[in-house]
Amino acid sequence: MGFLTIIIEWFPYLIQGIFATLGLVASALFLGVVLGLPMAVGQVYGKRLVRFLIAIYVWFFRGLPILVLLFLFYFGIFPGLGMDVSAFFVGATVLGLRGAAYQSQIFRGAIQSVSEGQMIAARSVGMTKLQSIRNVILPQAVRVALPGWSNEYPNILTDSSICYAIGVMELMTRTSQIVSQTYVTMPIYLVCAGIFILLNYGGMRALHMIEMKIKIPGFGTGAA
Amino acid sequence: MENTDTILRVENIHKSFGDLEVLKGVSFDVKKGETICFIGPSGTGKSTLLRCINLLTQPDQGSVWLGGEEVTNSGKQINHFRQRIGMVFQNFFLFDHLTAVRNVEIALIKVKGMKPKEAREKALEELRQVGMEDWAEHYPAELSGGQAQRVSIARALAMDPDVILFDEPTSALDPELTREVLEVMKKLALAGMTMIVVTHEMGFACSVANRIMFMEYGEIIEQGSPQELMSDAKFERCKNFIGQFDGVNGD
Ligand SMILES: Nc1ncnc2c1ncn2[C@@H]1O[C@H](COP(=O)(O)OP(=O)(O)O)[C@@H](O)[C@H]1O
Ligand SMILES: [Mg+2]
Repeated sequence: MGFLTIIIEWFPYLIQGIFATLGLVASALFLGVVLGLPMAVGQVYGKRLVRFLIAIYVWFFRGLPILVLLFLFYFGIFPGLGMDVSAFFVGATVLGLRGAAYQSQIFRGAIQSVSEGQMIAARSVGMTKLQSIRNVILPQAVRVALPGWSNEYPNILTDSSICYAIGVMELMTRTSQIVSQTYVTMPIYLVCAGIFILLNYGGMRALHMIEMKIKIPGFGTGAA
Repeated sequence: MENTDTILRVENIHKSFGDLEVLKGVSFDVKKGETICFIGPSGTGKSTLLRCINLLTQPDQGSVWLGGEEVTNSGKQINHFRQRIGMVFQNFFLFDHLTAVRNVEIALIKVKGMKPKEAREKALEELRQVGMEDWAEHYPAELSGGQAQRVSIARALAMDPDVILFDEPTSALDPELTREVLEVMKKLALAGMTMIVVTHEMGFACSVANRIMFMEYGEIIEQGSPQELMSDAKFERCKNFIGQFDGVNGD
């Protein structure tokens, strides 16, 4: 059998891995925003204790290799909590919690870059601190953060392949399964690499389009 | 007994930043419809005084009363008082991510709870007041300094405040742009708005103010009407200070 027929034969199996891979990436980006944004707000505006706890969180999730985190959650924390969860769930959680740690720092920098006068003006018209953050600071900070935040996408996409180690049925896992079934190596890995490159490119295009869509005069989106 | 016309009373305000005593007991009353101009060298505490009035800065001592209610020590109520005390800043501080009309309407919607449609109408009306209705859909980055400042005046006006505080509203502007902003402010004063204006524009102060306060080193040193400033010896130190800018210029 030629490489080509093998590739064609296994392609549908491989392609299914895209869903798992994109699922991992999506949950990492989603949790990154849902947890990372409030964490950033807490780090800038929170009380000492809040700031301290968030700093510990960030330090923990940025300080450990992903592989260590994956094993820790897969073999330790989830079983320890008596939770029987899928490898995908663990992978998505770990990438998400880790993504939140990284993305919170992107958002924090963006919040701090919003000039002090914006908060002063918001308070002067009678907004509470929370209203000021929600209506004035965050809409600006998110626009400032978007280019840097978009750069998290290729990082997370490539990182996601390490979920192979706990057997999440994503692209890399399926690729190596095909390799061990067929003993065809290089062409299969190249196909896998090609798919990653396409996902990378497509995602970046999509994020760039969002950037352009919410672009506002005076905010240098596009400039990293 | 308090004069019933008194809308704002500032009593014995003290404020220090570390060892630096910036306000050393400032007191004054403002009657409804009055325009009061504060003049004085920079670093004297004028901005700090304005910020103490709406508690953007917390005074160490003293009290502020708005229409007979105490603003200081008002706890969470402060957000209500701030709606009634408009503020216009030297650097405008327009919300950079919002168009002119959104800048004016956002507090109406989020703070006053007005319906979006109603708020939009009111915001457009306020922009008309300052001659900016044609720029309603433009972002701050697209406006000249004078235009931005007029939008920020509209933003303050929209809350229907009892008093508006202006902190050197034209100091960041070129002379031509200064004029368009001063004209709007003059119109407001004539229409009966109560205003406290920190300014170096002597022409404006002399033609619009009911009273002029000269501040130095955290205290009001001299005060009186523009006539008194122009004729009397009462404003000796103030005149000295103004002299540095080539005398009192006409309107
Ligand atoms: N937040 C602050 N922290 C420390 N010092 C301040 C602060 N705000 C103002 N000051 C100091 O208080 C003094 C008075 O400032 P300001 O009220 O801005 O004066 P003015 O408006 O008359 O120029 C200045 O010396 C200034 O440096
Ligand atoms: Mg000042």
